[in-house]
Amino acid sequence: MIELIHVQKSFDGGASYAVADTCLTIPRGELLALIGESGSGKTTTLKMINRLEEPTSGQVLVAGRDVLEQNLQELRRNIGYVFQGAGLFPHHNVARNVAAVPELLGWSKELIEARSREVCDLVGLPFDDYARRIPAELSGGQQQRVGVARALAARPDVLLMDEPFGALDPITRAGLQEEFRRIQQELDLTVVLVTHDMTEAMLMADRIAVMQGGELLQVGTASELLIHPTHDYVTQLMEMPRRRAERLERLMRAAE
Amino acid sequence: MSPVLREQLLLLPEYLQGHLALTFAALGAGIAMSVPLGIVASRSPRIRHPLLATVSLIQTVPGLAILALVVAMLGGQIGFLPAFIALTLYSMLPIMRNTVSGLEGVPAEVVEAARGIGLAPRQRLWKVELPLALPVIVAGIRTAAVWTVGMATLSTLVGASSFGNYIFIGIQTRNLTAVTVGSLAAAALAILLDTLIGSLQWIAERRAIGVGLRELRRAIVLAVTLSLAFAMALFFTLKPAPKPDFIVGGKPFTEQYILASLLAERLTAEGFLVEQNIGMGSDVIFNAIGSGTVDLYVEYSGTIWGSFMRREGNPGRAEITEITQTFVRERGLNPVGLAGFQNRYALAMRRERAEELGVVSVQDLAPLASMLSAGGDLEFFGRSEWKRLQSLYDLDFAQELTFDAALMYTAVEAGQVDVISAYSTDGRVAAYDLVLLEDPRQALLSYDAMLLASSAAAQDPRFTAALAPVLGAISDESMREANKIVDVEGRSVSEATAYLQAIINKPR
Repeated sequence: MIELIHVQKSFDGGASYAVADTCLTIPRGELLALIGESGSGKTTTLKMINRLEEPTSGQVLVAGRDVLEQNLQELRRNIGYVFQGAGLFPHHNVARNVAAVPELLGWSKELIEARSREVCDLVGLPFDDYARRIPAELSGGQQQRVGVARALAARPDVLLMDEPFGALDPITRAGLQEEFRRIQQELDLTVVLVTHDMTEAMLMADRIAVMQGGELLQVGTASELLIHPTHDYVTQLMEMPRRRAERLERLMRAAE
Repeated sequence: MSPVLREQLLLLPEYLQGHLALTFAALGAGIAMSVPLGIVASRSPRIRHPLLATVSLIQTVPGLAILALVVAMLGGQIGFLPAFIALTLYSMLPIMRNTVSGLEGVPAEVVEAARGIGLAPRQRLWKVELPLALPVIVAGIRTAAVWTVGMATLSTLVGASSFGNYIFIGIQTRNLTAVTVGSLAAAALAILLDTLIGSLQWIAERRAIGVGLRELRRAIVLAVTLSLAFAMALFFTLKPAPKPDFIVGGKPFTEQYILASLLAERLTAEGFLVEQNIGMGSDVIFNAIGSGTVDLYVEYSGTIWGSFMRREGNPGRAEITEITQTFVRERGLNPVGLAGFQNRYALAMRRERAEELGVVSVQDLAPLASMLSAGGDLEFFGRSEWKRLQSLYDLDFAQELTFDAALMYTAVEAGQVDVISAYSTDGRVAAYDLVLLEDPRQALLSYDAMLLASSAAAQDPRFTAALAPVLGAISDESMREANKIVDVEGRSVSEATAYLQAIINKPR
């Protein structure tokens, strides 16, 4: 569904690379987590998929088509995007935020209303209760649910998520993570999820891509990364959730 | 209601219309230029800096200077256009600056979200950035509106009518009622506009955080009501002003107001539609006659000689009249004739004191000067006329004191000084019973009142016929008496005009 072919990105005319020679293939229906520290190039990689950044060299294909050869706005309207902190339009109520992309695509009013109802219900915000509320009246978790609903409104096949749950409290985050995974599987979405939280990546993703300093170090399932880490950095990254899991397990056993 | 106040209030519709038209036109043009420029500036840092620096620079130039510069750039044209341009330039800074900072204040993640979901740059601007920046932009417009209302009062000085007419004419004719009416009217207009735009700002602020229109009902009602009030005020005052046949101008002091009113009345009686445009500076009005934007005013031969021709020396009254008339003709102005009086500098003493010392002319003063003190207005002792006076009569006063004109008269009245540099037609000469000393050696210039007309007006025989009775009909005494009616007795300009009309109409 998404293919990155020898993609590179430099912001300083080639003196240094934010993303260096990266190849990555994401099949339809997969949820791939891009993980790394800030500055590792994970967000830049994500943004090259819907051309918020353009690659310096290499090719990005979405559904087999080079993104550089598509109409920019059309491309973005067909790829859902969920932002850190939701990025809702503060001057629009929930209904208008959710309807933003369908409106751009010129859907009929009835169709937009029906679809908004559907996606709001899907993310757990009953449309009749929330449609007229404004972002300032919503909690962080509710705002992020609206963000997801907005991204899904136009029935995209691909969803890009930039640390979508990063700003939420742990309980809200855990609930949303599980719910989102359900939605993703239900809709057979292809998702690229940027995160710096390995636990989140392990719990949600089909595969995890580890980035460091603009390099893609390793791509694989959580167990592959645990059993066959190819770099010390990957081992380090897996260490923390492993130790936590072990401690949790001991605690649980003791409790039984 | 006092007759003075009634007379002033009768002028209100005309001045209100001028003020409203100027304010709204300038503000409209200011918005139309500054918001797009602000958008461009916020997009490109390279343009932003020079652009904002330029409008800031315009803002630092005093309002009066901007007006004068615009008039000069338009080749001496006066009236609505230069005032409109100057006010527009002046209104730009707050609007442009707030547009830039309003757009910069839109949260980065919201702009990023707009890009990410596929809004094209233009859609981003209209659907996201402008609605969110609008409260700040409207706040800038609000500042500009209050500035514009205030500065519009200055446009009187370039011949565009506004509440400034009240203020400037009131100051010159010591008509406190006029000054008060003008100031209150301008302040009230500023407050109303501030309230109107303030309510728009409040609405924009609420809209920017997604508040529905229903909750904003009261502010919207207020804004609509005020807008309607302004629209009606404009509509009712905008009675299609018929184009006048002639425009009579005047400089900003009492005598000029009386003369302009007198000349306008003469022309009106002849069946012409006449507009008065008074309160302009000498240079402005002189050029306006040349370019035909004003048709008639009264200038003084000594002023043309000294200020416009920059000549020194004194060839005598007849000669100066002759030479200055030739000069104005070369400049495209048409001398219609002399009014009869001259308003010149003259040394004056209290009658009692002059008789006591036996002084009739400046000649008599010379031997006594070392025991006497002299008072002059702010410029007299710096003028070449004073130097000539000193050298021709060998005058050397014990003391030379400089005063504001009004204080100079009270000083001689109170005996603090013995001699002052009076104006020969000043009403206070009669009121304080001063005698003007003769000047046999002609040290002081003559200032014959000279009617100057535009070419278009001068070619109309009915125009010159209407003015003919005025020529040579106003003596120094008559003019002095007319000035006294306004300056000393505190009566209206129209009463002074009626006094002069009676003298002119008296069979001779």
